[in-house]
Amino acid sequence: MSFLKLEHIHHTYFTKTSATTALSDISLEVKEGEFISFLGPSGCGKTTLLSIIAGLFQPTEGTILLENQSVNKSKKKIGYMLQQDYLFPWKTIEENILLGLKIFGNEDSAKKEYAYSLLEEMGLKGYEKQYPKQLSGGMRQRVALVRTLVTEPKLLMLDEPFSALDYQTKLRLEDLVSETLKSFGKTAILVTHDIGEAIAMSDRIYLFSARPGQIHKSFKVPKELRELSPFQARNHENYTHLFQEIWKELESLE
Amino acid sequence: MNNKQSTELLHKNYIKKLTYEKRWVRFYQFVIFFVFFLGWEIASKKQWIDPLIFSAPSKVWNLFIRKIQDGTLMVDLGYTLSETVLGFILGTLLGTILAAILWWSPFLSKVLDPYLVILNAMPKVALGPILIVALGPSMTSIIAMGAIISVIITTIVVYTAFKEVDPNYIKVLQTFGATRSQCFKEAILPACFPTIISTLKVNVGLSWVGVIVGEFLVSSKGLGYMIIYGFQVFNFTLVLLSLLVIAIFATIMYQLVELLERKLIKSN
Repeated sequence: MSFLKLEHIHHTYFTKTSATTALSDISLEVKEGEFISFLGPSGCGKTTLLSIIAGLFQPTEGTILLENQSVNKSKKKIGYMLQQDYLFPWKTIEENILLGLKIFGNEDSAKKEYAYSLLEEMGLKGYEKQYPKQLSGGMRQRVALVRTLVTEPKLLMLDEPFSALDYQTKLRLEDLVSETLKSFGKTAILVTHDIGEAIAMSDRIYLFSARPGQIHKSFKVPKELRELSPFQARNHENYTHLFQEIWKELESLE
Repeated sequence: MNNKQSTELLHKNYIKKLTYEKRWVRFYQFVIFFVFFLGWEIASKKQWIDPLIFSAPSKVWNLFIRKIQDGTLMVDLGYTLSETVLGFILGTLLGTILAAILWWSPFLSKVLDPYLVILNAMPKVALGPILIVALGPSMTSIIAMGAIISVIITTIVVYTAFKEVDPNYIKVLQTFGATRSQCFKEAILPACFPTIISTLKVNVGLSWVGVIVGEFLVSSKGLGYMIIYGFQVFNFTLVLLSLLVIAIFATIMYQLVELLERKLIKSN
């Protein structure tokens, strides 16, 4: 039994003058605890697919099952991290990380304790009463990660969460996120256009082609790389091989 | 050590420069005030301007003291102030509620769009006579004037702000399974506080216009009535006194809104 199952997903956007097919016949399966990347050029519908999996809107056709349930019923099992942190600037860090619990109407003290302990784990203890704009970009993205993890989602969606950060912060956060997700045994889907990031972080990579978005090919990341942290994986010789292979495929798409 | 000292010295100089500049600003502000009233007084005394029309600060001041002593100014001010404040609050509140309804139902907002444009374009004071007949020549119709003049523009401005809130904030909430009302409460409304405050600032002025015009039309009390009465009996000292009082209290209201702004928007 697979954890997440997508069957023949089609999605078309309609405007007055056009009908654009964003996704065409996407079928894939994800096992529990796996880290999957969606890699592809911009306009290949990666973010659309993520939104559909998150149950934010319905695909034109196709079914998505999360633990054999339709995603609309299991919204609480899904966490979503966006390109930018989107912390609410008028809320303190504390209010921001407790937002999910507030929406669920489930702010008991045990959950709150969990939130504070996560914040501490991310090295952000003592920032509870501050406002997001007092924090640096990397710190804010870490707060966003805490906000996402507090509700204990089973499936985590990462929509280019590192793309707005500087390179150094990005490398550090990759390690932190990868380590955190592994230790909690979370299943995750990462959307990215960075080949290196996809290889360094994931177990499997789906390469998408654009217009309409389709799965072009899937790659398995070799075991040696999977066992390393993203930073170390980048220095492994197999990393370069896989990078070249994916690069060639991407070139052939154009 | 040396370096630190020189930095401190530079900082001190910088602060000195700032206070120095501030003092000059205050000085010139005072000069303008002084020159204006002194010039006015002299021009009136020397008959360079018609004292019957333009009065003189000393005359306005004497009238002010007299009207304070017999208590009539306080009564008039009380009426106008309460009408304005009520009209202002009502207009802003109704406008914001209407904007929320429009945000709630995109269909309704599409339906109502042309009517909002028409209502906004129409000069609201022209509705005065109808209001007075409908609501009676009382405080109610004047408050209604104060409110109606600001309600439509508030609706339009606040609704536009609601629509322009970054949809990603909504997305964050939706991934937590938030309902539409939770989205409104957690994201839309707080994100729009700055816009709502700036409409409040505009509405302070508008409500005064509405109320004064309302009093022109109907009242037998209030600062607007003082102006129209002074005009009719050709007592322009009375008109000018009323104008100055209005200016002072409109400014106070504006300052209060700014105070509210600082309280409400903590994160900025």
